[in-house]
Amino acid sequence: MEMIEHAIRENSLVGAFAFVGLIMWISVHLSRKLTFGRVHGSAIAIVIGLALAYWGGIQTGGSKGLADLKLFAGIGLMGGAMMRDFAIVATAFEVHVDEAKKAGLVGVMALLLGTIIPFVVGASVAWSMGYTDAVAMTTIGAGAVTYIVGPVTGAAIGASSDLMALAIATGLIKAIMVMVFTPVAARFMGLDNPRSAMVFGGLAGTVSGVSAGLAATDRRLVPYGALVATFHTGLGCLMGPSVLFLATKAIVG
Amino acid sequence: MIIYGTAILAACHLLGVYIGDLLGAFIGVKANVGGVGIAMMLLISARVYLHKRGLMPDTTEAGVGFWAAMYIPVVVAMAAQQNVVAALKGGPVALISAVGAVLLCACTIALINRTGPKSQDASWQTGTVAEES
Repeated sequence: MEMIEHAIRENSLVGAFAFVGLIMWISVHLSRKLTFGRVHGSAIAIVIGLALAYWGGIQTGGSKGLADLKLFAGIGLMGGAMMRDFAIVATAFEVHVDEAKKAGLVGVMALLLGTIIPFVVGASVAWSMGYTDAVAMTTIGAGAVTYIVGPVTGAAIGASSDLMALAIATGLIKAIMVMVFTPVAARFMGLDNPRSAMVFGGLAGTVSGVSAGLAATDRRLVPYGALVATFHTGLGCLMGPSVLFLATKAIVG
Repeated sequence: MIIYGTAILAACHLLGVYIGDLLGAFIGVKANVGGVGIAMMLLISARVYLHKRGLMPDTTEAGVGFWAAMYIPVVVAMAAQQNVVAALKGGPVALISAVGAVLLCACTIALINRTGPKSQDASWQTGTVAEES
């Protein structure tokens, strides 16, 4: 047993390939046997992944879920930003240029709405819960955009670390909700063509949420959503400490 | 050779991220602005350009296709390293903000997609490269 552990630790990325393969295999079988294919195998795999991340976080007290366990360090590499972005870029190979062009303008509109709507919701909730100063409202509102926009905005306008932690938590909950509930709400959102995926990518924000949510719904839609969603964090970091902060300040003083 | 495809993918990725960093520095944001999106556009352009000139044999395409197919497993690994514990510790402010934002965005998505033009064209569902060229 110790020998196996040693082998996995020495070859962590290879270990991750095997482990994720096993999760996928279990998920596809659960999807077929338990739900008769109604719930997508990848949706189940993502939920299993999140559950394991919770378990890993409890076990180690770290911030990287399962990847904080030595045996699963390879998960950190395989699912880290580098590999995630590399795989997302690769999916662009399947994009139909005409479809993407047709929805370009509506994608930009969705991006703007996708920054402003969560911000307003987050800032309003913060205000109603007693965070009435502009810095706190802006930081929490920015957290509702994505979990990167929150701390970047907070740092720029001088928020305390408690507030930034709150903003990160808000963004994380949002990303996890998008991952889990996108396949459930796909029909309601009309998520069945490239244009709708681009609207989704702009409005749902967070690359991780969008990419996992679309993967669990229909893999062919992933590149269209991701193409728009990757601009989400940049736009949020641009608008958060500037336009949105000034607007909040003007309203609450 | 299969590595050509992967190398083209890697070059587009790096160039896109570099341009995204430049863009971020240019507009004074401490973040990468759309680097991955730019990389995707570069890769699409590279594909169209090389395919027109017949410089994209199947093996080269497989060097990109493999990574595109690895996408879902990578996303599962990504899910497994989210800070779920911190997310659940955020308390009511974080929870209500996030739920509210997600619900309102979902309704907006539904609104836009239901009012938009119905696309009857289903060509995006099939393979791409062959019929486009």
